[in-house]
Amino acid sequence: MRACALFSSVLTALGFAVFVATALPPARAADAPDPAADAKAFRDYFVKKFPKVKLDDFVNGPYSMNEDMRKQWEEKEQFPPYEFALEAGKEMFATPFKNGKSYADCFANGGIGVRQNYPMFDEKEGKVVTLELALNRCREANGEKPYSYVKDEMASLTAYMAFTSRGKPFDIKIPADPRALEAYQEGKRYFYTRRGQLNFSCATCHVQSPGERIRAETLAPALGILNAMPIYRSEWSGMGTISRRFTTCNSQIRGVPLEPQSDEYRNLEYYLSYVSNGLPISGPGARP
Amino acid sequence: MRAAAVAFAMLTAGPAAAQSGPADGQKLAFDRGKGNCLTCHEITGGDLPGTIGPKLENIKSKYPDRGDLVAILTDETRRNPQTVMPPFGRNRILTEQEINAIVDFLQTL
Ligand code: HEC
Ligand code: HEC
Repeated sequence: MRACALFSSVLTALGFAVFVATALPPARAADAPDPAADAKAFRDYFVKKFPKVKLDDFVNGPYSMNEDMRKQWEEKEQFPPYEFALEAGKEMFATPFKNGKSYADCFANGGIGVRQNYPMFDEKEGKVVTLELALNRCREANGEKPYSYVKDEMASLTAYMAFTSRGKPFDIKIPADPRALEAYQEGKRYFYTRRGQLNFSCATCHVQSPGERIRAETLAPALGILNAMPIYRSEWSGMGTISRRFTTCNSQIRGVPLEPQSDEYRNLEYYLSYVSNGLPISGPGARP
Repeated sequence: MRAAAVAFAMLTAGPAAAQSGPADGQKLAFDRGKGNCLTCHEITGGDLPGTIGPKLENIKSKYPDRGDLVAILTDETRRNPQTVMPPFGRNRILTEQEINAIVDFLQTL
């Protein structure tokens, strides 16, 4: 039975370091956190588990997991269902706010081709700043109302920004600031902690079981899992942001989802993006 | 959906339930709000199974002692701390009675 073999390999490949880290209080942790080593172990685990999948292909989520799924994806990309959101996002991005400024004024390089640098650790605030958060802060700083984090306008804007970064490798930095390392560690802890009535962690589904079907849905691997965001999902009949996906996954496990852009989710996104460093941005994406 | 779950709970609590263990057990196993076992296991008679767990078959020869099955459903993490399978009994997703009905059903597989 393959499930059992799978678990022991998870344990040895990844879980060991991870569970030791989560079991010990930070003060007592014998070995210092080492994000670079984590990212390497993380990547190696998936590469070894799926020897046929090319590294850059992991960003295609469930579609990377088998040939039939891959064909579905290639067909979808011919008439991508996110096209509408992408067009809308492009126009919104170019439209000035009432005060005459625009999104371009809030970002490096006018916001073009910068998606791969988010989330960023902001040393002034001492916290992780995601792209979704930066967009709403940009709006508020210019006297505009923030958008809902989960879909519609926010998904359109992030779709456009991702599109201008397509092919650029994730390049998440952890500056030499103890708070940045702590944020990373918190995100990692969140990812591996089991919760909810069903006792699942994010890793239960996306590290232990990628490629397996949960009912009719094929689980995406955690490596490269954010590179395609935002995504169009037929099940949502629309677009969803990272915030939407995180809250949906938390509800699926009969847990109580957190507020979008809570500190926990910001740290989680920081961790998940960091361990996918080097894999190309592929968003916006389309999913079954 | 909720109403159905409540109806089940009442059914299984009643004396009639004891007589139709396997049938009740199958309903509970397939019900998405209860066992939802098909999420992970292929089971004869169920639609759209997932592939995370093994197919549930030949259970009686594999687990002749029903106590083993009750234990697996109650808290599989005791046998395998890394398991994906939810601890149905420990986390009160299913009552003892419901677990027993599902075990009756499993023994018919
Ligand atoms: C019970 C299983 C389960 C758990 C636990 C779970 N997810 Fe998911 N997740 C899914 C399913 C099903 C999908 C949709 C199919 C897919 O794309 O993987 C999904 C999709 C995703 C996606 C989009 C992947 C893509 O390429 O479309 C992200 C990102 C994600 N999950 C993150 C998380 C995070 C973060 C957690 C923990 C907070 C989590 N998931 C916990 C089942 C789960
Ligand atoms: C989220 C996934 C998941 C769900 C839901 C789930 N299981 Fe499992 N189950 C597993 C996995 C994985 C195994 C393999 C053993 C292990 O992980 O320890 C397993 C093992 C078993 C076994 C032992 C099978 C064997 O051949 O040794 C039985 C019996 C079983 N499950 C019954 C059930 C029943 C009944 C339900 C619903 C009430 C259920 N499971 C729900 C994942 C699941």
